[in-house]
Amino acid sequence: MIDRDRPVTEDELHAYVDGELPADRVEAVATWLAANPEAATQVAAWRAQADAIRARYGSVANEPVPERLQLDHIIRASSTSLWSGRSLAAMAAAALIAFVIGGGAGWFAHDATAAAPAGSDKITADAVEAYRLYVVEVRHPVEVPGSERAHLRQWLSKRVGEELRIPDLQSIGLKLVGGRLLPGPTGAAAFYMYEGPSGERFTIYCAKAGGPETALRFKNGERFASFTWVDDKVGYVVSGPADRDRLEAVTKMVYEQVDKGAAKKS
Amino acid sequence: MATFRQSVEVTIPALRRYARSLTRDADLADDLVQDTLVRALRSEHLFHGGDVRSWMYTILTNLNRNRLRSLSRRPPMASIDDNDAPDMSGPEGGGRDIDRALASLVEDQRHALLLVVLEGLSYREVAEVQGVPIGTVMSRLARARVQIKNFLDGGRPALRRVK
Repeated sequence: MIDRDRPVTEDELHAYVDGELPADRVEAVATWLAANPEAATQVAAWRAQADAIRARYGSVANEPVPERLQLDHIIRASSTSLWSGRSLAAMAAAALIAFVIGGGAGWFAHDATAAAPAGSDKITADAVEAYRLYVVEVRHPVEVPGSERAHLRQWLSKRVGEELRIPDLQSIGLKLVGGRLLPGPTGAAAFYMYEGPSGERFTIYCAKAGGPETALRFKNGERFASFTWVDDKVGYVVSGPADRDRLEAVTKMVYEQVDKGAAKKS
Repeated sequence: MATFRQSVEVTIPALRRYARSLTRDADLADDLVQDTLVRALRSEHLFHGGDVRSWMYTILTNLNRNRLRSLSRRPPMASIDDNDAPDMSGPEGGGRDIDRALASLVEDQRHALLLVVLEGLSYREVAEVQGVPIGTVMSRLARARVQIKNFLDGGRPALRRVK
């Protein structure tokens, strides 16, 4: 059979060990291993690793659950603060989706006259730096909490000198944690943080960009990625974990809301 | 609502096992599980169906990643060497070698390996938990296994314990 004669790949060997191999390949791989002692040794070593890990930690699941991890206890202990988002436990547990978000287009109405050094590359670099800095900050991720959305908007608008919008991303499961003011490449930058259900983190950053308008540009890092675009001299950077589809969906929603803001203005 | 809580509750023993293997420290592990549970309960309204178990693993994995990022600026907190708490000792001495080997992994590889080998998640589930394609999960798994083998084969004689 063709299937039986197909060479065995290393991926298949892992799948074989992990029980992920399609049933119709199992026998072929087993036969092949019998004739390839070197690969068989490797497979045996992987199995031994797995056995050692299970021997070491498997029994933890049989231990009685300590009181502090029982749901009744957790609910009771945090019933006054669990949903306020302000308890230390809640803050520490809060996995933050951080979006550094710029405001509406036309943000810097008082156009900078000096040649702005800030191309979209510079903005991306600043945004990524902010992401790295604040994404680890669980206790004080923001200056103004999302519960004070109106104040946050007013404050950042005043500092930045333009009416800002704070995108609403609830429909894709992201809750506003809050925001802060940051230095941008040529002036102020606004930074909003959002929180999702599973602890993924994203940032959206926005600052004045000296360069021309650009299309969406995707930059992929090892752990996280970002989308950058410049619209009407304002650069936006949406950063998050390196899950392009998710990031793209988030970016799209931000883009639409920010764009709507611009349309309203003109 | 009761159903949601029950679904969360049944995952606790496995979450403790996963957390213990990630942190190799009983207290840190339970802290991580506690944070995960608080987080899950607080986000109940954000949970739109699907597999609660995978979701819990996702939260814990992300919280652990965040924890490691915070720690990476400080000296290591939990020694995996001779200062191990007594309750960390496995039934046999071999446990320490596998601990060190796990500690030598890059975090994403460690997450992938433990989710597959210890927690029995499918490649697809791990891909969802880690937010990456299945191919990435497989390459993390492969690299983890190579690294552990090299480690156990004596790739780090300086760390080998002399008895």
